[in-house]
Amino acid sequence: MNVIEAKNLTKRYDGVAVVSGISFSVARGEIFGLLGPNGAGKTTTILMLLGLSDISDGQARVLDHDPVREPLAVKRQVGYLPDQIGFYDNLTAAENLRYTARLMGFERSEREQRIKSSLGHVGLGEVANNRVGTFSRGMRQRLGLAEILMKEAQIAILDEPTSGLDPQATAELLNIIRDLKNRGVSVLLSSHLLERVQSVCDRVALFSQGNIVLIGTVPELGRQVLGGGFRVEVEAQGQGLAERIAAIPGVQRVEPAGANRFLLLADHDVRPEAASAVVAAGGRLLRLSVEEPSLEAIYTRYFQTHEGALHAA
Amino acid sequence: MRREGSALHGFGVVTLKEIADHFTSILVVVLLVLVTATAIAVVRGAVDQIKEITAEDPFLFLRLFTRGGPLPLVALLSFLVPLVAIGLGFDAVNGEHNRRTLSRILAQPIYRDALLFGKFAAGLFTLSVSLIVLWLLVIGLGLLGLGVPPNAEEMARGLILLAVTIAYAGLWFALALLCSVLFRSAATAALVALGLWLFLTILWPLFSPALADAVTTAGDILGVLDTRQAFARLSPSVLFNEIVAVVLDPSVRSTQQSMLASLGLALIERGAIPDAPIPLLQSVLIVWPQIVGLVAGSILLFVIAYIAFQRQEVRA
Repeated sequence: MNVIEAKNLTKRYDGVAVVSGISFSVARGEIFGLLGPNGAGKTTTILMLLGLSDISDGQARVLDHDPVREPLAVKRQVGYLPDQIGFYDNLTAAENLRYTARLMGFERSEREQRIKSSLGHVGLGEVANNRVGTFSRGMRQRLGLAEILMKEAQIAILDEPTSGLDPQATAELLNIIRDLKNRGVSVLLSSHLLERVQSVCDRVALFSQGNIVLIGTVPELGRQVLGGGFRVEVEAQGQGLAERIAAIPGVQRVEPAGANRFLLLADHDVRPEAASAVVAAGGRLLRLSVEEPSLEAIYTRYFQTHEGALHAA
Repeated sequence: MRREGSALHGFGVVTLKEIADHFTSILVVVLLVLVTATAIAVVRGAVDQIKEITAEDPFLFLRLFTRGGPLPLVALLSFLVPLVAIGLGFDAVNGEHNRRTLSRILAQPIYRDALLFGKFAAGLFTLSVSLIVLWLLVIGLGLLGLGVPPNAEEMARGLILLAVTIAYAGLWFALALLCSVLFRSAATAALVALGLWLFLTILWPLFSPALADAVTTAGDILGVLDTRQAFARLSPSVLFNEIVAVVLDPSVRSTQQSMLASLGLALIERGAIPDAPIPLLQSVLIVWPQIVGLVAGSILLFVIAYIAFQRQEVRA
């Protein structure tokens, strides 16, 4: 079942389309990434899904509610971590959460218990009574995630969750996001940092100038854009290995890549066949790896080949 | 198209938080302490003056508000209450933008209405509490200094003054709130609100007669005065001062009387005994339009702020 469904979603400011007719859906328990450069329309899309911005055209369904007509029903079940999240600096972490918990309408006893457990969960239990003014950026982001956990939201919408964080804080944050998924929460996240989100996203949509230009899993996009399927690297010692490997069904080409190393281009993952071929030839298998297509490469390649077309259009 | 749920869901939560913020804000506390200290000094001066002049005056207590050195208490209020109200309101909405808390708060299950209504209610509550405390202080100082209790009519007139001052504060708070919606920078909002305050309170009463004379076609002096008064009343401070002059002095029987008196003229109606006090209800009726004007002004400014806020984009 899909928790988010966008059909032909469009946002115009003064007649200029910022988001022009995008369609996508997010399944329950999925981590979906909206990727693209700043200003491509990611945040606008998110605000429309939350009912915080009017929809110019098309429609959106979030948990089977219309964000324009039933914004409260949507906002009750969706947690939102805005880009550059802000808190009241003069209040403590717990006080900030208490304010939003009251707005969510929780009873006092339930409220305190939820605040405590969610702060503990993101590792802020010990600084619960410190003013947020003293918090680092990473701690603020985690406090934002604590708010989503406290809400027990079914969908978490995270806008640029990792921007401006150091590598360690990023790793911690991504772990919390994976944990959200394990709790059955669907996650929609936007980012312009491709490498970092590649590791957590189940599916991604690439944005460019208000359009979704590509959508799918990372390996799918890799095949679609980079052409030709898998690149398998084999390092092995033995006689006549190149011929044996080239004979494996599905292998299109074998390129020597240094002493005892071969690069295979195949239409599927041929690692098991390659391993057994090397062993059958009496060779010694030293290394076997498949090169995952990187989002960065897909992205760059896509825009290299389509830029002219986009500008012309 | 009907929205689901109550527009005021979360209103109480926002109001309570904003009130807590106001009373812990250093700016607000400093402003309130300054106003209170000045008021106490002024009232002490008034007590000394009243002791010297008369024991016959039936409205001794009301003189507490209108006598006292170069600046009586009501003049002080008409000048300083707007400052406190602007101090409370100038960063109400743009502050949430600049702290980047607005989108996070609006992503909770509340409507924007609750946020703006809550902020307005909290500001009005804070101003009311401060003014009530100030009023009680003045009455207390009067009791101690004069040694006579106020009579019922004096209390009633004093309470009307309190209510009118709260409405006056509400109008300036609504103006500050409007500026905080319209201008993204808190500094711009504060300067625009303060600029309007200085213009309407000090410059407008000076310039408006000349403007009125330029457009009026009336030949007689009363016609000219009418036009001048109509122009001057565009300033909330002028409205406030007119109300105060009538409510606090039972011998004043029209708003023109005090204006003429300032020109050295006396307006004597046929059959009226000069300086005879008129009943409370009559005094209120004379300035009822001014009172309605103050309240209507607050509502109008708030409605404009509300519409602007509803149409505003959430993103920074």
